[in-house]
Amino acid sequence: MSVKKQDNLLKDFMVEAEEIIETVDQNLYLLDSEKDNGGEPSPNAIHSLFRAVHTLKGSAGMVGLMPVSTLSHRMEDLLDRLRLGKLNWNIAVFDLLTEATNGLRTLLKMMNSPDQKRLDITPTVTRIEKMLTGEALQDESPLSGSGVDPEILKTFTEYESHRLTENIKKTFHIYEIRAQFKMDSFDVDLARTLEQIKAFGEVIASLPVTGLSLNEGIMFKIIVASKEDLAQKEIKWAGENIQMVEVKTAGFLNSTGAEKSVSPRTHEENFDSIKSVTQTVRVDISKLDTLMNIVGELVLSKSVIHQMARTLIEQYGVTSIGVDFQKTLESMGKKIGDLQENLIQVRMTPVGQIFDRLLRMVKKISREINKPVNIHISGEETALDKSMIEAIADPLMHLIRNAIDHGLEVKEERSKAGKSEAGNIHLRACQKGNQVLIEVEDDGQGIELQAVYQKAIEKKLADPKRDYSPKELIDFIFLPGFSTSKKVSDLSGRGVGLDVVAKNIARLSGMVDVSTDPGRGTKFSITLPITLIIIRALIVKIGMETYALPLNSVSESLIADAGDIQSIDQREVIQLRDHTLSLLRLEELFQMKLPPSRKGSLYVIVIGSAEKRIGLIVDDIQGQQEIVIKSLGNILGTMAGIAGACELGNKKTILVLDVAMLIEAALKKNR
Amino acid sequence: MNKKVLVIEDSSTMRSLIVTTVEDLKGFETVEVKNGIEALKMLPTQKFDLIITDINMPNINGLEVVSFVKGHPQYQMIPMIIVSTEQGKKEIQKGLSLGASDYLTKPFHPENLKKVIQKVMSE
Repeated sequence: MSVKKQDNLLKDFMVEAEEIIETVDQNLYLLDSEKDNGGEPSPNAIHSLFRAVHTLKGSAGMVGLMPVSTLSHRMEDLLDRLRLGKLNWNIAVFDLLTEATNGLRTLLKMMNSPDQKRLDITPTVTRIEKMLTGEALQDESPLSGSGVDPEILKTFTEYESHRLTENIKKTFHIYEIRAQFKMDSFDVDLARTLEQIKAFGEVIASLPVTGLSLNEGIMFKIIVASKEDLAQKEIKWAGENIQMVEVKTAGFLNSTGAEKSVSPRTHEENFDSIKSVTQTVRVDISKLDTLMNIVGELVLSKSVIHQMARTLIEQYGVTSIGVDFQKTLESMGKKIGDLQENLIQVRMTPVGQIFDRLLRMVKKISREINKPVNIHISGEETALDKSMIEAIADPLMHLIRNAIDHGLEVKEERSKAGKSEAGNIHLRACQKGNQVLIEVEDDGQGIELQAVYQKAIEKKLADPKRDYSPKELIDFIFLPGFSTSKKVSDLSGRGVGLDVVAKNIARLSGMVDVSTDPGRGTKFSITLPITLIIIRALIVKIGMETYALPLNSVSESLIADAGDIQSIDQREVIQLRDHTLSLLRLEELFQMKLPPSRKGSLYVIVIGSAEKRIGLIVDDIQGQQEIVIKSLGNILGTMAGIAGACELGNKKTILVLDVAMLIEAALKKNR
Repeated sequence: MNKKVLVIEDSSTMRSLIVTTVEDLKGFETVEVKNGIEALKMLPTQKFDLIITDINMPNINGLEVVSFVKGHPQYQMIPMIIVSTEQGKKEIQKGLSLGASDYLTKPFHPENLKKVIQKVMSE
């Protein structure tokens, strides 16, 4: 493993260890307060403690931190006995666990400051070993006669078996709950149901069961123990398909509820230091989504107040309070802007995260097909929204595979062409305004446009009577099942790939452009918005209606006279530099009425989704604005061509157009 | 085509170590998830050639995942490797009787994991 990887692994470990110590502290505190209240130690807290040190032991062993591994291993043994009821809970055990936890904390702190004196963990380890040998072991009785479904028993861990036995010993009621959920939401539904169950009992196991066809969803058998007789309770389940039956365990065990000794607390707390050793906080991305939404609303309120300020000045002229109001508003606006900026920064992760993975893949493929490849990476520090990074990994993988397989020639051909034997692939990322540009470029043979044209005619995708511009020809390679490869290799050439790449990029509101130079190579350029949460939009007017167009899907806008628009095969097109651009009239798609007098010149907004571009005809462009897209809910949500709605500063709600869907609809019409 | 390996492990350190080890092998790529629930969600989305799972995980444990996969007509052909600790001997036995192909006890040397994967994939 490289030094850099080792470093990253250690960093990961430190963050994880930090979280684990936090969990250990919380559970020790919980056990401590239960003890003070004379209650029984909560099995959940002991089990959480066990799991935490178990994980720490494993991870520390893996990164070679032997003292941490040894000490957590001993703690784990102690907690294992406790959770399986083989060791009684008392103050001495608690004190020993606290001592060991402090030891772990010190060891971890030493990692960050190597000059600290070494900590000898031997005394603690010895004390734990003494406690372990002083306890007699008792064996769990097998559960095969307990009445619980044997299929579930087969998947019980030792701890789950112990918990079931304990509950039966206490003569608690045992239930089997069968819950069936839809496949697309079962995780949320299951979490909700378990939450509900935890209110009146202990969840011992939840087994996912097969045998249902996929459209029926997925079923879980959940084993629950409860003090109360749940048959008497009218439980309102959160889902429709949930049934509960009681498992008859009577007579299976003779109840022998062991007395646990609990003595009042008499020890001094002795914390070494509880300062954190890393500067990292992990946050669930959905929490950031919520914050982002709130900031979005603030941005809206700001523009509403702006509108009011303008109205005030129009009505009362420039007054000193009006000027102050304006100034304060501007500084508030700037602060809100900063807040938004910083929040976006928090969500950002360097794209280099996936470049590493891609690098590994290139090395592997190059070995497999015996084509030497040098990959040159630049701009790996360019940051993108976390959710975008994961979504872009697969498309990039496809593009690089394609480049190695189709783009780069074999060694002999490269030598003949006067190129280096090893092919070169450049993977670049850079930020442009609020967009990120990612390029995959090879120095291979380029795309043979003639071959593409032949193939397109063969597949009846192109019209032999028509002339196509290079750009139009290149666009064919993004159609499903299109491949000019003469042989099917293991890597690509199955005709799966570029259409999927285009779909994935369109889903991220991105655009992809291709430029190719026969004999010199091919370059794919992907443009992505940095984030999909708050977007800049172009506000346009079509007929009487105002719409918002996401700016990252707009490549340019032109002013055209009615005379510039030509008709080819009943479709309207306009000449744009070297190629023809299909036009779309929204009023036709949405079947809207237009005012009778449309003036002579119109605007054509060139919009794009992945590799496709069309021109949208609009009457007027009213400027740009930041918007927060709100979903229209289920009823209107599926309207073709509409992504949602947003509010403008003047409290007016307008529709946001879905560019990918519009292009889809326009192209369908043209076929 | 690379072989796809689903890695189910709740410890991030252990997970990234398993992933790095698997991806070091020729012809393998990984998809990683943090728990049994995520694994159940991931299974229908793509075709996996191997599953490596931890046992002690919250809500749905590794044995429950093995039971589900091995009982499912669509997935039962996928070989599974369980990763657990020395103390989990009984659980490993259960996993093997539920249909897992092989196991590895933590802590392990990356080379041993590679060996187990190659052995399982060649069967």
